[in-house]
Amino acid sequence: MAPQKKWSLVAVAVAAFMAGLILLRHGDGRAARPLATKGSLAPDFTLPQLDGRQLHLSSYRGKIVLLDFWATWCVPCREEIPHFVELENKYSKDGLEIVGVSMDDGPEPVRTFYQQFHMNYPVVMGNANLGEQYGGVLGLPIAFLLDREGRISAKHIGATKPETIEKEATVLLESR
Amino acid sequence: MVLVLLGGGIGVASGQATSIPSSRLIGPADLVKVLESQAVEKPLVIQVGSHVLYSQAHIPGSEYIGSAASQTGLDQLRKRVEKLPRTKFIVLYCGCCPWTHCPNVKPADDALQAMGFQNVKVLYLANNFGADWVDKGYPTAKGD
Repeated sequence: MAPQKKWSLVAVAVAAFMAGLILLRHGDGRAARPLATKGSLAPDFTLPQLDGRQLHLSSYRGKIVLLDFWATWCVPCREEIPHFVELENKYSKDGLEIVGVSMDDGPEPVRTFYQQFHMNYPVVMGNANLGEQYGGVLGLPIAFLLDREGRISAKHIGATKPETIEKEATVLLESR
Repeated sequence: MVLVLLGGGIGVASGQATSIPSSRLIGPADLVKVLESQAVEKPLVIQVGSHVLYSQAHIPGSEYIGSAASQTGLDQLRKRVEKLPRTKFIVLYCGCCPWTHCPNVKPADDALQAMGFQNVKVLYLANNFGADWVDKGYPTAKGD
């Protein structure tokens, strides 16, 4: 074997070994984080709503979508819900759609919460796979604002001022 | 103090993480050192938050117990540790929400204190597990 080819093989083997070490140390958790960034297409999903009907995110193309990852046990999430109900009331006629993605471990507390808070927009039950597609939903709340083409226009991690989201939504609603 | 928000059957029992004494907190970098060290006792690391979040990413070797804001989760936590020596090194963590709003770590810490555990640390995650652990490049695993 030519020395140059031999060294190339050694280099490939070392690179593979180093990659293996990195994977061993960090597992798979980090790989998902760069997804669902501003400007990228929001990953499509089809998930059952609380009433059992399927919700297809792609069916919202042409609308402005506020996609809210939340949970009933998350205090900042709970504080945001009444504002989202108000936004839905105020702007749904203009083309704003809110979709809640509950990261609760089961639907029962979500159904109760939905009734008590008079939620007026669809809620689907999220899961770990969806969380990974959205870059890792590893802390709540996380809200994505999607433009009419389904691209991520804004991403808010943690509690966000209602007026900030309203302002961003109205800017998108006014853009045709 | 237990603060029940918004009434009804779905109120979140929000134990205040901020009232956990700083002497019982451990930072992410320090916990990583402990987990990687060959010289010190390895702690039992327990996640006391959401299973959906645990499935996406958790500290390798940590065990999922259930939300300690619920009675079911607290019962499971007590059952898991009841036969352990009270000197056992235990680390609790959640990271579901900002530290000031986490409903899980304080009830879990209270339960272990009441059982007489003397070597309990709570992982301090200021923002959440994603921002303060995964994004820092600390080791993670995923799955159940």
